[in-house]
Amino acid sequence: MTISETQNGGISAADVTRIVATIVDAVQADRTRLMDIVQAVQHRLGYVSDEAVHAIAERLGIHGVEIEDMVSFYAFLNREPKGRFHIRLSKTPISMMRGAAAVAGAFSRATGAVIGGTSPDGEFTLEWTSDIGMGDQEPAALINGTVLTALTPSDVLPIVAALRQQHAENGVPLFPGSDAQRAGLLKAKIGASLVKSGPVVFQTGTAAGAGLEAALAKSPEEIIQTMAKAKLRGRGGAGFPTALKWKLCRQSVSEAHHVVCNADEGEPGTFKDRVLLTELPDVVFDGMTIAGYALGARRGLVYLRGEYAYLWDRLQGALEHRRRVGLLGKDAGGKAGFDFDIRIQLGAGAYICGEESALIDSLEGKRGAPRDRPPFPTDRGYLQQPTAVDNVETFACVARIMEKGAEWFAGFGTPDSTGTKLLSVSGDCQRAGVYEVPFGITVNEFLDLIGAPDAAFVQMGGPSGQCTAPKDFGRRIAYEDLSTGGSVMVFNSGRDVLEIATQFAEFFVEESCGWCTPCRVGTTLLKQGMEKVLRNRATPADIAALEALANTVSRMSRCGLGQTAPNPILTTMRNFPEAYERRLQAETFLPAVTLREALAVAVEVQGREPVVQEGVG
Amino acid sequence: MSDSMLTFTVDGVEVEATPGQTIIQACDAARVYIPRLCYHPDLEPAGHCRVCTCRINGRPGSSCTMPVAHGMVVESNTPQLNEDRRVLIEMLFVEGNHFCPSCEKSGDCELQALGYRLGMMGPRLPYQWPQRELDATHPDIFIDRNRCVLCSRCIRASRTADGKSVFGFEGRGIHVRLNVDGKHLDETTLAAIDKAVHVCPVGCIVVKRNGYRIPYGDRTYDQAPIGSDIEARRRKMKR
Repeated sequence: MTISETQNGGISAADVTRIVATIVDAVQADRTRLMDIVQAVQHRLGYVSDEAVHAIAERLGIHGVEIEDMVSFYAFLNREPKGRFHIRLSKTPISMMRGAAAVAGAFSRATGAVIGGTSPDGEFTLEWTSDIGMGDQEPAALINGTVLTALTPSDVLPIVAALRQQHAENGVPLFPGSDAQRAGLLKAKIGASLVKSGPVVFQTGTAAGAGLEAALAKSPEEIIQTMAKAKLRGRGGAGFPTALKWKLCRQSVSEAHHVVCNADEGEPGTFKDRVLLTELPDVVFDGMTIAGYALGARRGLVYLRGEYAYLWDRLQGALEHRRRVGLLGKDAGGKAGFDFDIRIQLGAGAYICGEESALIDSLEGKRGAPRDRPPFPTDRGYLQQPTAVDNVETFACVARIMEKGAEWFAGFGTPDSTGTKLLSVSGDCQRAGVYEVPFGITVNEFLDLIGAPDAAFVQMGGPSGQCTAPKDFGRRIAYEDLSTGGSVMVFNSGRDVLEIATQFAEFFVEESCGWCTPCRVGTTLLKQGMEKVLRNRATPADIAALEALANTVSRMSRCGLGQTAPNPILTTMRNFPEAYERRLQAETFLPAVTLREALAVAVEVQGREPVVQEGVG
Repeated sequence: MSDSMLTFTVDGVEVEATPGQTIIQACDAARVYIPRLCYHPDLEPAGHCRVCTCRINGRPGSSCTMPVAHGMVVESNTPQLNEDRRVLIEMLFVEGNHFCPSCEKSGDCELQALGYRLGMMGPRLPYQWPQRELDATHPDIFIDRNRCVLCSRCIRASRTADGKSVFGFEGRGIHVRLNVDGKHLDETTLAAIDKAVHVCPVGCIVVKRNGYRIPYGDRTYDQAPIGSDIEARRRKMKR
């Protein structure tokens, strides 16, 4: 085999040009569809080779450096050849508690790939990845597009043996994989996550399209007024009033308006949007269509995180059905003159793309870097046109409100946090899964519900949220008190709060986009600061410096990621000072490493121990 | 004051501005210096370095991207903000490999000058000692990524002013690096007269055979601290 044959997944350079041309032309050589282009290229070649970059650039009439800029940003896009099977193990505090390290070790032994590398036979690449949205069924993994859950080390040999038997036609990785969950692999099964339905979102006995039908009988202004009366606030975590966002977007003068559904559910510990999109896709699409009508938009976009590629077929099927029955397309829902359709954009592994302006850049085929505001997306969003970006759950609420009325909706929850909230529960409790509860429930009440009487601390709202101590378990889950986008991770007294905080610090290092200094450099420095604490090498001065640094990162960062990245450290410092004190050294200064560690390499080379004098090392 | 002018305050001083100006543009025109690194007056702002962050109506925001509004209250020269800015400069020092004594940009380097201006006495953050690449393939231009601060000035200048797109980013997070449109710089269309070559605030992109034409000691920031040009004009105006 010549070198040119081993590159590009064994496809010749001329064929690469031809394949790329077909892929690029399928999206009318639209630069903003670069994400679809490179995903399709990777699906064919296994990675985005230099030849492919060159061919895409030629065909789009842009520079190769722009393509590399974009492709190199996303964790799921490969610039180098990878194994035929790309195994990505979910790395979260919960997965580690459930034995993910042992599963990783088993995969490493069974495949011959070290973690972060590819096996010598080129069959397997093994990597850690950030939370894949299976917090209630960890340890979980993605193999190409397929989700595997509740893995144990003993599952690994049969899985690897079965993979070796599989021969896809072109023998390359399948991401993005619409064939996911069809592979018939052991553990390739996602359990039903819904534990408790509530009265609003997961109510039963309502036909799809009911909310949309009610909405189309009203004027766009009336719909926005209804949202205001319902006091609906964004379910993604920030809690911005939906009516105000829609009003600003509608008022903004433009050729076109856009509705975007943020299904980039990346906050570790959250998986309620996955459940919503699995159980009630039509209610979500109803909500998007209602928004389209209210905003005067003709286009809706769902930004679906790459980890949820396995939902692609199901969601496309739901959209196709809606087109057939007239709920999408020309005169959508039977409303003359209201033309509306929805496209799904698959992401490629970047937590930051859950931030609305980064999501919009990603939708435009660029790296997912957040934008400075103003201008706000409601003025200049997707394609520089007014755009309303709302969470999956928000759209479901919209449909329910239009169906049952604003007063009905506002009857649940608290005066400032109306309705119900979907909470994703994982960790040390009896019943992990998704719960729909009215806003205003106290942490204690909720812990009773999920079966966690001995919780020692609760991470509320994911790593970017707060580490909550028992003294605060009387607080209410609501925007005005303990706000959460939906992630609830429960830990018992056997867990080390600082180790968990350090894992979250690592998560932000992995997921910082790198655009701005405080987040790009600060997240790494914060992680190193926590590691020094964990190694019992920190002094009181180190803790003071770490706190000051955390506050600088929080104040100076460009977007919500950097602004909240220090939260695991700041909230544990505030709520669990004794955990830090236990590890502190009463010295004025201690270096991060001991003399013995610093000399380890020299000792190995020389083959003898240094002569250590009294009081050194 | 004409009808189209608006006013706002910076540290209690009233500043006039025209609609559409950013805070940093209006302040530069009014001879009020806000420390900045990635901002360049000839280029679209990008908001990378965050050094120009001010408190704007009580909330932090980058003054290079924030448009002025009538009645805006901006705080810039406060101990807290200057301390935060100093930490940002320190972050950039430890993120790369910056050896001022052996750098041909010393004295003309905006990063170094900001370190002095903001009172950075020495790094208190741990050095990261990254492995960075040099690129000396181009006959006239040299790139030393050890000194890159990822300000994107060259990227923006090449794309807009030069119309070439020679530069781009690669990677994500702490692994972001400056990339060129080709394997090495000699494969690109970059020329020594390009704007992209002359906007680098540090010694990352330098023109060859040019480094010591002006000796150390006689260089821009050897004469006066960074920002003095803006402030000096203010003093003259007042007289």
